[in-house]
Amino acid sequence: MATTTAPSSRAFSGRDALLFIRDYAVLLLIAVLVVVLAVVSPSFFSAANLMNIVNQNVPLAIIAAAGTFVIISGNFDLSTGAIFSVGAVVAAYVAVETQNPWLALATAPLCGLLLGLLNGVAVTTLKVHSFLATLATSMVFSAIAVLITKGSLITVSVDGFSELGRGRIGIVFYAVIVMIVFVALLWFLLNGTVFGRHVFAVGGNQHAAELSGVRVSRLRLSVFALSGLAAGLAAAIGVSRIASGQPQVGLGMELDAIAAIILGGTSINGGIGAVWRSVAGVFLIALIGNGFDIMNLNPQLKDLATGVIILAAVGLSAIGGRRR
Amino acid sequence: MTSSASGMAEQVQPTAGPSTEGPAALVEVRGVSKRFGGTLALDDVSVVLRPGEVHAFVGENGAGKSTLGKVVAGIYTPDAGEVWVRGQHVDRWDPARAQSAGVAMIAQELALVPELTVAQNVFLGIEEHRWGMLRGSLASRYRALDARVGFGLDGSAVVAELSIADQQKVEILRALARDAKVIVMDEPTSSLSAQETARLHDVIAALCAQGCAVVYVSHFLDAVLEVSDQVTVLRDGVRILSRPVAGMSKEDMIEAMLGRKLESVFPPKAPRPEAVEPVLRVESLATDTGVVDASLTIRPGEIVGLLGLVGSGRSELARALFGADARTGGSVWFDGRELPQRWSISDAVGAGMAFVPESRHHDGLVLDRSVRENVSLAHLDRFSSTGALSSRSEKDVVRRTMEDLEMRPLAIELPVGGFSGGNQQKALLGRWLLGEPTLMILDEPTRGVDVGAKRTIYRAIADMAARGMAVLVISSEHEEVLGLAHRAYLVSGGRTVAEVDPDAVSTDEIVRTLFSVEDEE
Repeated sequence: MATTTAPSSRAFSGRDALLFIRDYAVLLLIAVLVVVLAVVSPSFFSAANLMNIVNQNVPLAIIAAAGTFVIISGNFDLSTGAIFSVGAVVAAYVAVETQNPWLALATAPLCGLLLGLLNGVAVTTLKVHSFLATLATSMVFSAIAVLITKGSLITVSVDGFSELGRGRIGIVFYAVIVMIVFVALLWFLLNGTVFGRHVFAVGGNQHAAELSGVRVSRLRLSVFALSGLAAGLAAAIGVSRIASGQPQVGLGMELDAIAAIILGGTSINGGIGAVWRSVAGVFLIALIGNGFDIMNLNPQLKDLATGVIILAAVGLSAIGGRRR
Repeated sequence: MTSSASGMAEQVQPTAGPSTEGPAALVEVRGVSKRFGGTLALDDVSVVLRPGEVHAFVGENGAGKSTLGKVVAGIYTPDAGEVWVRGQHVDRWDPARAQSAGVAMIAQELALVPELTVAQNVFLGIEEHRWGMLRGSLASRYRALDARVGFGLDGSAVVAELSIADQQKVEILRALARDAKVIVMDEPTSSLSAQETARLHDVIAALCAQGCAVVYVSHFLDAVLEVSDQVTVLRDGVRILSRPVAGMSKEDMIEAMLGRKLESVFPPKAPRPEAVEPVLRVESLATDTGVVDASLTIRPGEIVGLLGLVGSGRSELARALFGADARTGGSVWFDGRELPQRWSISDAVGAGMAFVPESRHHDGLVLDRSVRENVSLAHLDRFSSTGALSSRSEKDVVRRTMEDLEMRPLAIELPVGGFSGGNQQKALLGRWLLGEPTLMILDEPTRGVDVGAKRTIYRAIADMAARGMAVLVISSEHEEVLGLAHRAYLVSGGRTVAEVDPDAVSTDEIVRTLFSVEDEE
């Protein structure tokens, strides 16, 4: 571990190394893991295995990509898992009722957008901390998912319903293409638009943003709507894959997503972060899991390893973080 | 030389005792300097604090009196100079050492836990315990302490329900519970009534009778005359005098506080626009935040100043105009129309107002983001038609703006937090200049900025007016307002109390007026 000297008032040089680590640690760790796994197990470095890892994590990557906006803007969304569940069961319900697979799958993102907007309204009008507001709404949404399925699961046997989740061109799954397009769009939204700039400004210094004429409430609302939309889109892919609507399917996804975002170096205090790094965080966690599988290690230690790595990443982010 | 304070022994190097007359000094600072960014807040200042004495630090806003108080209390570590405690030189003066040396500070913003009781607050952090379990009776410990000073404050009362004056007593008790021998009070009377002030002065007298030294930082000169034994007058971070109060008058102190004028750093004033209609007219404006009755006008091309002490309501007036605080009364006409009651910041920006706030870090800049992003923040629409940003034109415009403001180094991609105060202030100014507003409101445009940057900012302000912008300048540095403005208003107690011609009044008269108005209230 390199130690840095106390930063001078013009801290252009001293923290650079630390900032570099914060920004690129994910990629570095991914590279290390890929090399180690490729050496240890020849079956790892096959196109099929790699494509599988990516494909399996598409829903989480989509949620984490949008969740990055929420965290950068200084907020939390603890309801994405519940929104995922609602989206999945609603899509399954509509599929069974209408026998129209594409209409059914389209309802999931719409549903997510609606619930995300509800989150945004709760946060901006009640002026409750988003952590609390979305903790509460996540319970409400989970209950809605259970109510729709009446506690059991909705099995879908409609032609074409599984196409989105399981279909592929060559070896590339449709879902992976959807993810790449979505992540690219969000990357541009964050770095190339007025909206994205405002997300950074509000998370970095809300007072400054407000006094510069940024409509902070409207921005918050949009960020939660985006997060909900992404959870709904992820749900469409997820439900298409398993062809059944299960009310508990999204359980815990919100925390996995936040873990990946933090692992990607996005500051939990807001103001700093990047979409691609969150997606990289998702795949880093996925690689750890895959490594345990192919090396036949005790799977009970998987969470331990993941947890330690996240802790290290959070520690780095705190050291490289603010001198507020 | 007396014995060193407990716990200080290993950090203290016994050296030759200080040259003093009278009782031995509890704390002495010798030749201390303190720099903030480009500003020298204290320049080679020495002060001696003796037991049983009240020592007042006075000066204009920004003269360095609070900074000196914080150096004494160990909150600021001086860049140069020495601190001596009971005749012994102390290496690296910091909060922990100050505390173990018996120095306590009672800040302007009281630092109590409102939900806890008086006694719990007093002993917070020094509770008697065994293995983490509380022992002994807090109540009896508190009663013994309270009896020493005779406040008669109920130890079981919840702090949130006490008056500010009583909360101050809790802070004093807290200091005494830690065996404080030197108590620094920063503007202790600023939120007290006359009656409460008198009671506080009794308390201070009682502390002195017990051998404490009290530092009294204040801009209320009458209070200083009444309570202090010694006074140190600061101006621009320099000690002007340090002497017994006996025999001094308020006039003497004011004379010492004022002094040389800033040499020709101000650009020549353009002729005052007369014939044009005012672009801003404010009548009897009031807010919940401290503006009671403010009226003013500004014409296009005119620089108008607001002169007032900290807390007079001058910044709050500006915030209300900009839609940052709600108006509760009065009316405002801007650019040919009366502003609606519901007036938001984005309305104000859209209507052509700009506001450079007083606190760069809290309200102004996103420190982690680049200069470019900070400068373009308020006018991103200019660089996008569809929501997508054109980074090319953004870069060009920001670079040109900051070049005009002589930012050095002109490194617009680096985080703004790493730049000097002067450059940060220029970035904030650039943010609004970029939009060519109709009205530019500047609150403390040169606070914590070096002289070179000041000159650039003054020139930029004069240029704005020359281009036809209406400019409202608020500053604690009265010379700055007088040197720049065509007209100025005196603000006190949330009211615009007088309009003055900057070329016809001196800073002396302004300070005299402001201090006398303030003391009447």
